[in-house]
Amino acid sequence: MKRRTLLQGFGASAAALAAPNLAAAQGSRVLKFIPQSDLTVLDPIWTTAYVTRNHGFLVFDTLFGSDGAFKASPQMAEGMTAENDGKLVRITLRSGLKFHDGSPVLARDCVASIKRWGARDSFGQTLMAVTDELTAPDDKTIQFKLKKRFALLPDALAKSSSNFCAIMPERLALTDPFKQVTEMVGSGPYKFKADERNVGHLVVYERNAAYVPRANGVSDCTAGPKVANFDRVEWHVIPDGSTAAAALQSGEVDWWENPTGDMLPLLRKAGVTVTVQDPTGLIGCMRFNQLQPPFDNPAIRRAILGAVSQEDYGIAIAGDDTSMYSTGVGVFTPGTPLASKAGMEPLLGKRDYDKVKRDLAAAGYKGERVVLLAPTDLNVLKMQGDIAGDMLKRAGLNVDVQAMDWGSVVGRRVNKGPIDKGGWNVACTFWAGGDQLNPAGHTFLRGNGEAGGNWGWPNSPKLEELRNAWFDAPDLAAQQKLAQDMQVQVMQDVPYIPLSQTMQATAFRKDITNVPNGFAMFWNVRKS
Amino acid sequence: MFAYIVRRIVATIPVVAIVALFIFSLLYFAPGDPAAIIAGDQASPADVERIRASLGLDRPFVVRFAEWSWQVLHGDLGVSIFTNLPVTKMIGQRIEPTVSLMLLTLLLAISTAVPLGVLAAWKQGTWIDRLVMMIAVSGFSVPVFVVGYILAYVFALSLDWFPVQGYTPFSLSDPLPWLRNLILPAMALGLAFVALIARITRATMLEVLSQDYIRTARAKGVGQRPILFLHALKNAAVPIVTIIGIGFAGLIGGAVVTESVFAIPGVGRLVVDAILRRDYPIIQGVVLILSFVYVLVNLGVDLLYTLFDPRIRY
Repeated sequence: MKRRTLLQGFGASAAALAAPNLAAAQGSRVLKFIPQSDLTVLDPIWTTAYVTRNHGFLVFDTLFGSDGAFKASPQMAEGMTAENDGKLVRITLRSGLKFHDGSPVLARDCVASIKRWGARDSFGQTLMAVTDELTAPDDKTIQFKLKKRFALLPDALAKSSSNFCAIMPERLALTDPFKQVTEMVGSGPYKFKADERNVGHLVVYERNAAYVPRANGVSDCTAGPKVANFDRVEWHVIPDGSTAAAALQSGEVDWWENPTGDMLPLLRKAGVTVTVQDPTGLIGCMRFNQLQPPFDNPAIRRAILGAVSQEDYGIAIAGDDTSMYSTGVGVFTPGTPLASKAGMEPLLGKRDYDKVKRDLAAAGYKGERVVLLAPTDLNVLKMQGDIAGDMLKRAGLNVDVQAMDWGSVVGRRVNKGPIDKGGWNVACTFWAGGDQLNPAGHTFLRGNGEAGGNWGWPNSPKLEELRNAWFDAPDLAAQQKLAQDMQVQVMQDVPYIPLSQTMQATAFRKDITNVPNGFAMFWNVRKS
Repeated sequence: MFAYIVRRIVATIPVVAIVALFIFSLLYFAPGDPAAIIAGDQASPADVERIRASLGLDRPFVVRFAEWSWQVLHGDLGVSIFTNLPVTKMIGQRIEPTVSLMLLTLLLAISTAVPLGVLAAWKQGTWIDRLVMMIAVSGFSVPVFVVGYILAYVFALSLDWFPVQGYTPFSLSDPLPWLRNLILPAMALGLAFVALIARITRATMLEVLSQDYIRTARAKGVGQRPILFLHALKNAAVPIVTIIGIGFAGLIGGAVVTESVFAIPGVGRLVVDAILRRDYPIIQGVVLILSFVYVLVNLGVDLLYTLFDPRIRY
């Protein structure tokens, strides 16, 4: 071979290799999306992971949907009737509903699905507790016989956050609620492509051609017509923020669900649409182990309220862009119907650490070691841990910040024992604002103690009483009054402390339009 | 030779068994609970306990280890706690990208580093030698993720020559997409390896070039190229091959970072994700396979010695 021929060969190969990247030149019928994390669990009943919820809403449909004002309206349901003073409720299914395996959606599928969901979700558990009998008298009718009127029944079935009431075929819905369903057969607008799944890398959905959107109503969040405009929706799992940003800029993907805060200016500069689609954001929570000293003492917990600066948490997580975080956050999501400032004085105003120290001493704190569980592998939780450790130290507590990964934290925090036996005293977490709209889904508002409660195990009979009354409230005004009373009670018993609300930006390329408000939903989205 | 190979392969069995027991014990006693991760914030301890029971995580250590060992002996690495997919299938999906990345990295690194090392030794003390050593020091000093970001920024984002991320499976009919996806990651991963091999090659070559037989060859009028590549390099190969074998472990570690930076769905990312989630069967399966591969690589290195040095016989 002549040297010139060899060089020509190399040149041709290099040119082919370095040809401009054509990955972006995909058809407008494919949407490429970077999810917030890897989708490991498929069953939206088995786990509360938000990424599984997002996946679940692609595959499964719900009997009712919820709009931007958190109002429930029929989705798979044609309508609902209530008789016998609201104790006999019948929901009829609309025609033409089919599962992805071609079988029709029948009332018995819905009954089995509701029962499975009701075994796991707190709102569902409340609904099932007032349900005497749940049956399917015919293929189109779902019948609830209730112990008492339950006005929130459509809201429960329209739940749009984790553990939503996903309707699946009876054969799948009969699975033990504590075991995962892995065969993804729903009746939603997109079908799950199990054969293309590569865990940690790629999840693929294809349009459900048999899906019939509602003929009426306004598309808003999970309510109204759901129109699938893409032949394929591909989820590309990109764990590294910088790589995800570069992939979005280069057009290799169309939409990044949760860009990291430090990437937002770069993305804006690159002409990418950066917006907040979910006004409920994320709300941080500080939780105490109330079975162990010193936080078994409510006066000590109340003293800590004076040390919490929500602004510090907001800035640490969201940066100094004040549009990306809120302070003055109470127990219900700011801007939603039950939110108020009732009883919040201890959390507002200037922070006075000397006063907190005096209050702690007066409450009987004697310098006991306080173990703070501080996850290091998830950004928001890391920030919360850093701020909480500093704040508690400034308040004069003898804080032992124990840094560990999230997997260790969740294993550790179910330990009810003292700290010398692997227990803990305080930990922070966050939830979507959508989980803190009302007492039904807001687990940290529970005061049912060691027997029924989740980690922290707060015991507050008064809070439980108010919560039960809220479910029976006849109208929104009565609900709001009870919600205010609950917030006042929270500031007394301190089952947890709200830290701040931070907004989650989402970023998509300019040719993406009609992105629904709320969490990442894929119906009605268009790509020009 | 054949008997030696068989003996060495048989000898891997106790090694892998000890690794298996060690990793199983480590995970058993490590903090963390996959059931609590699955159940989420809202679950009660009873819910977590029910999930734990449904996953079989409430059984004693001995029972679980015996069951897992029995499965492994039958070629079954178990089922992922989270995805409910067979671990063998998940590793099978991930093995090709990782093997591709490592092979390409090895190819790039060896084909660059050995000539550089030889050149540096030949031109000892000149600016060429210093330049090569500067490249080597840089390769050691700059973390692989920094190199990855720089390469991605320059060649993918700015010049648009290569994709930023992802992986395309190898296809004989059109291997270019595969290569385009792997060039930048292989360069990023290979830089430290280039540095390592170049330094060892240089040092070994300098030692060999000072030997009497090289002086004799020169005295007999043998040209510089035959001296370097036929006489010296072959005799310097044993330490170089050894360092390549040892560096393989470093390559596995580096692959984890590189796969994350370039979003390559490889075994490295699989195991890191599994560790964070406490998906025990995946961690056990991957570690077991990697330890086996590592033992095999060492065996391969030992066998390669015989090619370069006929005095070595097994």
